[in-house]
Amino acid sequence: MLEYVLKRVGMAFLTVLIIACITFLMMNAIPGSPFLNERSQPPEVLAALEAKYGLDKPLYQQLWNYLTSFVQGDMGVSLKMQKNRDVAEIIFEKFPVSVKVGGWAILNAIVCGIPLGCLAAYNRGKWVDSVLRIITTAGVAIPSFVVCTVLLIVFGVKLSILPTMGLDSWQNYLMPCFALSFYPMCYIARLMRSSMLDVINQDYIRTARAKGVAPVMLIFKHALRNSLIPVITYLGPMVAYTVTGGFVVETVFSIPGLGRYFIQSILARDYPIIMGTTIFLSILIIVMNLLVDIAYKIVDPRISFTKGGE
Amino acid sequence: MPESKVKLGSLQVDVDPVLNAGCSFTAADFEPASQEEKASMVVIKKRMSYWQDAWRRLRQNTVAMVALGVIIAITIFAFIGPSFVPYTYSEQIRGSENLSPMTYSEKEIEAMAAGEEVFPHVFGTDTLGRDLLVRVMYGSRISMTVGVTASLIVLVIGSIYGSVSGFIGGKVDDVMMRIVELIYSIPDVLVVLLLQVVLKDPLTELFDTSTSPFIESLSGIGVGLFSIFITFALLYWVGMSRIVRGQVLMLKKQEFVMAAQCLGASNKKIIKRHLLPNCIGQIVVTTCLQIPSAIFLESFLSFLGLGVSAPLASLGSLASDGLGGIYSYAYRLIIPSVVLSVMILSLNLFGDGLRDALDPRLKK
Amino acid sequence: MKEEKIENIGTSEPKQEKLLEVKDLKVSFFTPVGEVKAVDGISYELNYDEVMGIVGESGSGKSVEAYSIIGLLQSPGKVVGGSIKFEGQDVLDWDKKRMRAFRGNQISMIFQNPMTCLNPVYTVGNQMVEALRCHHKEISKAEAKEKAVEMLKLVGINNAEKRVDQYPHELSGGMRQRVMIAMALICSPKVLIADEPTTALDVTIQAQILELMKDLQKKTHMAIIFITHNLGVVAEICDRVSVMYAGHIVEQGTCQDVFYHPHHPYTLGLLRSMPKIDAESYERLIPIEGTPVDLLNPPAGCSFGPRCEHCMKICLTQKPPLVPVGENNHIAACWLLQKDAILAGKKEAEQNG
Repeated sequence: MLEYVLKRVGMAFLTVLIIACITFLMMNAIPGSPFLNERSQPPEVLAALEAKYGLDKPLYQQLWNYLTSFVQGDMGVSLKMQKNRDVAEIIFEKFPVSVKVGGWAILNAIVCGIPLGCLAAYNRGKWVDSVLRIITTAGVAIPSFVVCTVLLIVFGVKLSILPTMGLDSWQNYLMPCFALSFYPMCYIARLMRSSMLDVINQDYIRTARAKGVAPVMLIFKHALRNSLIPVITYLGPMVAYTVTGGFVVETVFSIPGLGRYFIQSILARDYPIIMGTTIFLSILIIVMNLLVDIAYKIVDPRISFTKGGE
Repeated sequence: MPESKVKLGSLQVDVDPVLNAGCSFTAADFEPASQEEKASMVVIKKRMSYWQDAWRRLRQNTVAMVALGVIIAITIFAFIGPSFVPYTYSEQIRGSENLSPMTYSEKEIEAMAAGEEVFPHVFGTDTLGRDLLVRVMYGSRISMTVGVTASLIVLVIGSIYGSVSGFIGGKVDDVMMRIVELIYSIPDVLVVLLLQVVLKDPLTELFDTSTSPFIESLSGIGVGLFSIFITFALLYWVGMSRIVRGQVLMLKKQEFVMAAQCLGASNKKIIKRHLLPNCIGQIVVTTCLQIPSAIFLESFLSFLGLGVSAPLASLGSLASDGLGGIYSYAYRLIIPSVVLSVMILSLNLFGDGLRDALDPRLKK
Repeated sequence: MKEEKIENIGTSEPKQEKLLEVKDLKVSFFTPVGEVKAVDGISYELNYDEVMGIVGESGSGKSVEAYSIIGLLQSPGKVVGGSIKFEGQDVLDWDKKRMRAFRGNQISMIFQNPMTCLNPVYTVGNQMVEALRCHHKEISKAEAKEKAVEMLKLVGINNAEKRVDQYPHELSGGMRQRVMIAMALICSPKVLIADEPTTALDVTIQAQILELMKDLQKKTHMAIIFITHNLGVVAEICDRVSVMYAGHIVEQGTCQDVFYHPHHPYTLGLLRSMPKIDAESYERLIPIEGTPVDLLNPPAGCSFGPRCEHCMKICLTQKPPLVPVGENNHIAACWLLQKDAILAGKKEAEQNG
């Protein structure tokens, strides 16, 4: 077990490093340094940047400087959007907002998705199943911004019962969280349904039936735990989706979170923020994937802890 | 163990029940039956080839067939539609701004009163007076083209990488798969966004200054779309490469086993008839399902303002434009969104149907 | 509890009713392409302390009828006729709850592939305790676990205390099948249905499992329905045997009678097709010609007709009834057996006018 964990942590670290390098190289290795591309920069600022990043030094040195500062929490300062404000400070101010919306969305996706999937599997072929299949198939096909805008139009504009921007009261959370959770919820429901149908046809369920086990126990004890295993593997990508899906949701509902800020910084070409946020979000996603992978190994006793599995 | 030389019909059998049951037997009934009579009793099912079988299954799948119909309809709408509408996607008609669907501006009403034929704005117009119907048609065209092209890129790169890796095997295969794992763990959307930012300037420069006709034709696509294609070429082929590698490994195993048994050339036919269809089937389905994925991603980027550049319009960017006027002109947001959703949904449904048809182990 | 079991069943006193009586059972599968008549009217009896073998090729319906007895038949399968009487009561009349109390308790079943028959995420002990406690809720978990260990020892698993806490994937195929047997016997059932329990195992392990089952049967005096396509296995362990083909029983009797005096062409074919250990190397194997029956469109007459070398015209048009062909309830369904007698009877009837 330990060997596996160490290997995965190593891979994760390597990936983060690669992303950091890629990000840095992209910012600095293209023709015309971004920092010097701004005609409107006063010379003092340019000088300060020079001193800080050593723009005349060789590239790997710049990279090293950046990485060491990053690890210490110094991601540079914003050049455009909030001039001279610490990037790290900005990130840690905006991130909790995104976490609130994202966290509720993930919770909703799991809490609604799993039972819906079970319901569909249990009632396979009946109208309940058909309705659920239609909704979930649509849910994974329709882009998130469509869901957001539909909700916005129906509840925000036409019916005017929910607020359309900001995060002032709990009503503000309803639409964004639901919109963000819709895709993962439908995906989990579909996954759960197919996984459960697979499991229900397994021999060990037949054995349990032959023993005289009650139907309720069949589902909750025997089928559920086995069905959940594939769903757990989806949790990692789900976090990644929630992070990036948050970009759209925050934009549409004008939520002052990190996602919307990130998009704005891209449009405004504020490179320190772009770099800092990219690396930060990548670390988040990779760490979550790592945790999920480890959890998966714990839940399924069949998986051996060495490479090669069964 | 039993003897195999027991004579039948040697024991005295109690047949009264049978006789009393009233069946009429004749001596002729007890004559031996001929081969033809025996054969006629056996119903032999018609044998179909793998592809015929798959096609039959696909045809029976109503959902998939309806989805296919919708896809064809949208394709016609996107590619042939504009020839029926007299407006172009960048034509700004003065005086016809902000029209609701199927309404006319004052100028147009005057013209119609004067006896001129004015083609109605079926979807209305935007703030600059551009006809929305045509823009939606072009948007659909762009979305579909992006989808198909990106899928082809994924197919080509993934297939080559996967088959090389699977075929060579050994250490090389190990290393190549490690790289695939690494790429898998990179969050794709972030890289896409980064690439969008980073490539914009150099590409614009390249397109502006280059004289090669190849680059000029590419420039027609625009920087945003080009970046999307590059992202696909860098990141999204990993799934396909895994599938192709798996198939190649399976083929290799078969060949090896057969070679070891020295069964002769006829087994090439077995590979062709059984293994290859399965491989191709998987690849076709994956490619088909990659198309809506690509469209999904492109619309996501365009919505955020990072995909296509004006005046080109994709469905995502049209929706994004419409977002601003959501209170008064909701139709500008709804119409492209609906078309986009229907497109992705039907592509997904058809891909699912294709997978069910080509996979003999039909599930659920 | 073992002593109780022996007392309960009691071999010395003859019981009034039969343990299991299957009469004219008909089971069909209602598929989208039509009704598949998997079992088309079979009858047999199972006595206490008796081992009945059911032999047939794949698709003969032998597993299906077993599933109907224990109530595991799932849609689109349905019992469409006949009765299954367990100690006098018709099992088919019972509601689901009664059936569940019956299943695993008075009748148990073990299946073909032990590798997939145990739930991979729970320990062996957990699953055995469940088998016991879902019928005997008054037994505590600790007691139940002790019983589980005892059963594991009974089926010949070494180190039972350790094994009881292991997961299925940590056990070999043979061991898993032993666990399955232990789990099936934990409630001391009166009948055990074994659906091809040794087919998926290595030959040496097969022999071990068969020995085990014979041993257990002698100890516990339970009745066994042993389903297989392997005649050798039947000869090893069974008292009586029913030969099934295409949903019908074509021959039935004691093992002695059926193996040494087979009367149905199919039984004969099966026996003849078995490779002999002392055969000369140049002797060819004798298969049964033809292909199995399509149960969607079964032939009007005898199902085996098209493949039978003695097929007569009547065989293609009328189904032969089961008639006694020897002592000990040896019956077979074949027109050839009745040919002479019927023709003689007819002549007699004609002569008598």
